[in-house]
Amino acid sequence: MGNVPTTVKHCLSYEQLIQDYPWLRRWLLLEEKEIVPTGVKIQLIDMLSGAGLPVIEATSFVSSKWVPQMADHSDVLRGIQRAPHVQYPVLTPNLQGFQDAVAAGATEVAVFGSASETFSKKNINCSIDESMLRFEEVINTARERQIPVRGYVSCALGCPHEGHIEPSKVAEVAKRLYEMGCYEISLGDTIGVGTPGSMFKMLQSVMKEVPTSALAVHCHDTYGQALPNILTALQMGVCVVDSAVAGLGGCPYAQGSSGNVSTEDVLYMLHGMDIETGVNIAKVIEAGDFICNALRRETNSKVARAKGRTL
Amino acid sequence: QDVSLSTKKNCIIYLAGQALPEKVKIVEVGPRDGLQNEKTIVPTETKIHLIDMLSASGLPVIEATSFVSPKWVPQMADQVEVMKGIGRIPGVSYPVLTPNLKGFQAAVKAGASEVAIFGAASELFSKKNINCSVDESLQRFNDVMKAAKEAGVPVRGYVSCVVGCPYEGKVAPEKVAYVAKRLYSMGCYEISLGDTIGVGTPGSMIEMLEAVSKEVPISALAVHCHDTYGQALANILVALQMGIGVVDSSVAGLGGCPYAQGASGNVATEDVVYMLHGLGIQTGVDLSKLMDAGAFICRTLNRKSNSKVAQAVCKL
Repeated sequence: MGNVPTTVKHCLSYEQLIQDYPWLRRWLLLEEKEIVPTGVKIQLIDMLSGAGLPVIEATSFVSSKWVPQMADHSDVLRGIQRAPHVQYPVLTPNLQGFQDAVAAGATEVAVFGSASETFSKKNINCSIDESMLRFEEVINTARERQIPVRGYVSCALGCPHEGHIEPSKVAEVAKRLYEMGCYEISLGDTIGVGTPGSMFKMLQSVMKEVPTSALAVHCHDTYGQALPNILTALQMGVCVVDSAVAGLGGCPYAQGSSGNVSTEDVLYMLHGMDIETGVNIAKVIEAGDFICNALRRETNSKVARAKGRTL
Repeated sequence: QDVSLSTKKNCIIYLAGQALPEKVKIVEVGPRDGLQNEKTIVPTETKIHLIDMLSASGLPVIEATSFVSPKWVPQMADQVEVMKGIGRIPGVSYPVLTPNLKGFQAAVKAGASEVAIFGAASELFSKKNINCSVDESLQRFNDVMKAAKEAGVPVRGYVSCVVGCPYEGKVAPEKVAYVAKRLYSMGCYEISLGDTIGVGTPGSMIEMLEAVSKEVPISALAVHCHDTYGQALANILVALQMGIGVVDSSVAGLGGCPYAQGASGNVATEDVVYMLHGLGIQTGVDLSKLMDAGAFICRTLNRKSNSKVAQAVCKL
């Protein structure tokens, strides 16, 4: 296990707000029927900043035609109180979105690639190669402005259309994004089908092309596998984990099923393993309670559900 | 590898290179542990049908019922009818709980060919729940062990509160090792280590398993993880990495947590099997037949499954 460090320090926890991909939004509208008011989004982000999270993905500069929930992107970015040493990346699918983001004060952006051709075509209407050309524009422009870019690779452990995805394909896309200039690549198990077995194989492949220190995992909990998958990634030396407070965001391919893993449950595991995150779990639970009340729904976090009742 | 296992962080990384067992035995506790912790009383025929469906799915061990007094556990009042009513598949074990000699005798009379006893790793938990110390509780089982040995009936031992107690909080790994060793020396062929309130994480699991495996061979150990804090699968994974080859779980994640109302308890067998199969580990279980059993009992109980796999598959 050549890349495994002797200690796992400073495991950063990324926070992902509500939903991100434009295509997901169309499905999410079936789930979260109301548009969340701007004030609520801002308050949520402020509470998460107060909890000590080092990175909070604030909003998305996609066209509001596709993602009405994110139509207030500029207002959100301008309205939040930026804590020092906290990053607030935003999604920018193309140059237009990037420029709007910068105009609204963004200091970090993210682009999305897919490891599945079919997924790419069905969701953003272009091939992987074509999407990379779009991202290259964004990344080059971002570089000129010294704005860091994070790259996401979706369907890293399986695709709703293609099924099995070859680890080498994930590695190829990850490598392209990294070489284009993304400082970090988040590998997403978009439909949550991965297990420690497939996670291990995929990471082995990717780690040949991208340094482990530049990798993150974005596990979905649709089949309950997120935490063991994250554990596997940690064992292989990955130090960055994406998660969503209260496990917000369902799975568009299995209506009613869960999607994102909840930050509270991830933190509980990391802290139980003496891994530092700098995050105050109680404050994250509070933020989760707040947003669940606002959305009039129950939390997806088991820790939040159980907390205080057994201890 | 010269790695100190005393640091939790280092434990995690050390385990990454360990080979996993090729086969894992799943002990299905839904019909007993699961139903015992469900509020709705389930008709006898339903219990029998559930067990028969579970047998058909290939599970090698199915905990069928409990020979405790119906006064304490009304859900298990039909213990004799259930034992007599199920269709026993050759090669499949149907253990039952026997808290005392009377229960043991009733169990054997009803046809039981394997039984289980239990001890707690926490003194307070023992006192609050069965009104005696841990040592006194183990003493009470001497009669059962003696009778079981004479009858040639294998006995499984459970240890509760292995990584945390609702009253004492943290539980010393050495205490867990002590109780596990006692049960093993008394003659239990297997010791199931239970995270009763689901507070364990891979960190505390490793510490505890390290201590216990010094006193009881790993081949005689099982883990019984609760998913109250969502940690069960991660905890099971590290247990496998440490060489444990027996995992308890409950179909549809039946059975809540009596210490945290509304919170989940048992880990769902479907989710465990999904993970194990994804790791290339053989279980002998047909996941879709298992899900059928889960769907059946959830319909009957008029409740949603606690299994994420079941929830995901049903919606596609």
